[in-house]
Amino acid sequence: MTAVRCRNLVKRYGDVLAVDRLDLEVRRGECFGLLGPNGAGKTTTIEILEGLLRADAGDVEVLGMRWERDAARLRQRLGIQLQETQLSDKLSVEEILRLFRSFYSQGPTVDRLIASVGLDAKRTAWYSKLSGGQKQRLALACALTGDPDLLFLDEPTTGLDPQSRRQVWDLLRGRKEEGRTILITTHYMDEAQAICDRVAIVDHGKVIALGTPLELIASLGAEHVVSFAVREGVQLPAEPTLLQLPGVRRASLNSGGGTLIVSHLHEALPALLRVVDAPDPFTLLATHSATLEDVFMSLTGRQLREA
Amino acid sequence: MPSTHPLWQLTITRFREFLREPEAVFWVFAFPVLLACALGLAFRSQGQPDVLAGVLSGDGAGEMERSLTSAGGMRVRVMDRYEADIALRHGAIHVLVIPGDPVTYEFDPSRPESRVARYVVDERIQNAGGGQRAVQATDRPVTVPGSRYIDWVVPGLLGMNIMGTGMWSVAFSVVQARGRKLLKRLMATPMRRTHYLLSHMLSRLLFLVLEVTALLGFARLVFGIPMNGSLFTLAGFCLLGALTFSGLGLLVASRAKTVEGVSGLMNLVMVPMWIFSGVFFASENFPDLMQPFISLLPLTALNEALRGVMIDGTGFAGVMKQWGILLTWTVASFGAALRLFRWQ
Repeated sequence: MTAVRCRNLVKRYGDVLAVDRLDLEVRRGECFGLLGPNGAGKTTTIEILEGLLRADAGDVEVLGMRWERDAARLRQRLGIQLQETQLSDKLSVEEILRLFRSFYSQGPTVDRLIASVGLDAKRTAWYSKLSGGQKQRLALACALTGDPDLLFLDEPTTGLDPQSRRQVWDLLRGRKEEGRTILITTHYMDEAQAICDRVAIVDHGKVIALGTPLELIASLGAEHVVSFAVREGVQLPAEPTLLQLPGVRRASLNSGGGTLIVSHLHEALPALLRVVDAPDPFTLLATHSATLEDVFMSLTGRQLREA
Repeated sequence: MPSTHPLWQLTITRFREFLREPEAVFWVFAFPVLLACALGLAFRSQGQPDVLAGVLSGDGAGEMERSLTSAGGMRVRVMDRYEADIALRHGAIHVLVIPGDPVTYEFDPSRPESRVARYVVDERIQNAGGGQRAVQATDRPVTVPGSRYIDWVVPGLLGMNIMGTGMWSVAFSVVQARGRKLLKRLMATPMRRTHYLLSHMLSRLLFLVLEVTALLGFARLVFGIPMNGSLFTLAGFCLLGALTFSGLGLLVASRAKTVEGVSGLMNLVMVPMWIFSGVFFASENFPDLMQPFISLLPLTALNEALRGVMIDGTGFAGVMKQWGILLTWTVASFGAALRLFRWQ
């Protein structure tokens, strides 16, 4: 069963092509991540799927329905969390949820909603008095008021401290266990790796890779990443030379350093030390297990956070 | 309407948000009462105001001063030419008397109080000189409630307040919600757009009751403002006026993205009505050519109706035209707002 399907989605803002013939298919019951740098077109895509923006071209089907025909019915079955919505400062958690609950024909009681996101202690607190993490959990509760089959979450943990992010992840895992479908956008690799069943990597309005986080990492053909930087004046060998080294699958250089993706660290590392022929050349030499970040890097040559 | 109905929830939410803004509460309730107080003091009706006269120093000045101050109600100062010019310019004296034959009165005829002062001063001087009147006449000062300035100005203040709070409270909260992306968030729920816009108008009605009671109750207790017409008709006009101006508020706020932006538009709409619609002085002061336009302004219609009902005791039949004007503005502005409104 498909929860969301879109084909050939196009959206332009003036001369800028925000979404460029994008295809997507989200299965029911999975947590699907749209992963990409800021400006990749993630928010535009998700807002088209949410029926808040109109696409210039393409075909969208959500829960087997279409926005042009079934908007009122669709709205009742979706839960939406926008990027950076500020609710009313001087309303309490309880009052905000009661308002949102009144829009939906079905759903849990306000008490249950508050309990489900762990805000019992804050029930009468004004929105302005909540911490960033509590605000995000309230926004999630607002998205859950209609007992939705499908949750759209646009960067739900941006700007949160690590502990609050983990709390939100736990909540999302709980919603998935209830059988809901989740479509989430994020530019955090670890977030996608932690909660998504499948991930689409988006860049310049296109899906450039699709699969489970493990499949995508495995597509690198290697498990380790070596990052290095050298002192000024040290001559680095060319990329083809680096590729010849034992255990190296991919190599990329930038000014004064580079990255190797390697399958056998114990062979690649000594080889790298041998080819860089200078006394004490490295200002940085580090290795880590490959992540989605490295997948993005090997696909685009850029780092996600900088892109 | 059950308490879980979205229209009720939206309305009560607006009501709560408003009550939790102490500044807003001040502007809606305290400000009009303070203004009525200030105006009541400035135009208090303690008999006739004093005439301020100057006498140019020189021959006969002392005698002139004595004859002018023989009765009360006049404050007279003897001054030299230089002082007199300044006093005339600043309105510190209404008229300057130059003794001699003939006696000369210097005054600015464009100041109404100066024209009055000239005749009061002249009458005293003629009486002192033994002048005989051709026709005997007597004065009867009218200060009964209903014909004083404060009676005239309170309905205008009420109208102005209904306009100001109606437009501000609606426009401000709409623009703020748009800026915070709250409107967009609401659009992502099954909420109906008409419910949202209607809730702004309805929450205004809840406040209106409090607001009108505060101002009229105060004016009645302190100044003894009359209520000559039907309270029912008055309430009807307050209600319709509130709807009209919340509709205009929605229209003004239908596209603005920032509070600064909407403030400019708001002034563009409200300032002309403060001036033309007879809040502090009668709109009849403007040229005849402008009168047809002025009478179509919503605040003019509301003020005319409120004055008619409160002061003159006019029945509903007498203010049907104003009712029609307000109703047209309400329907037109709400309809236009619904069309033009930018939700994101």
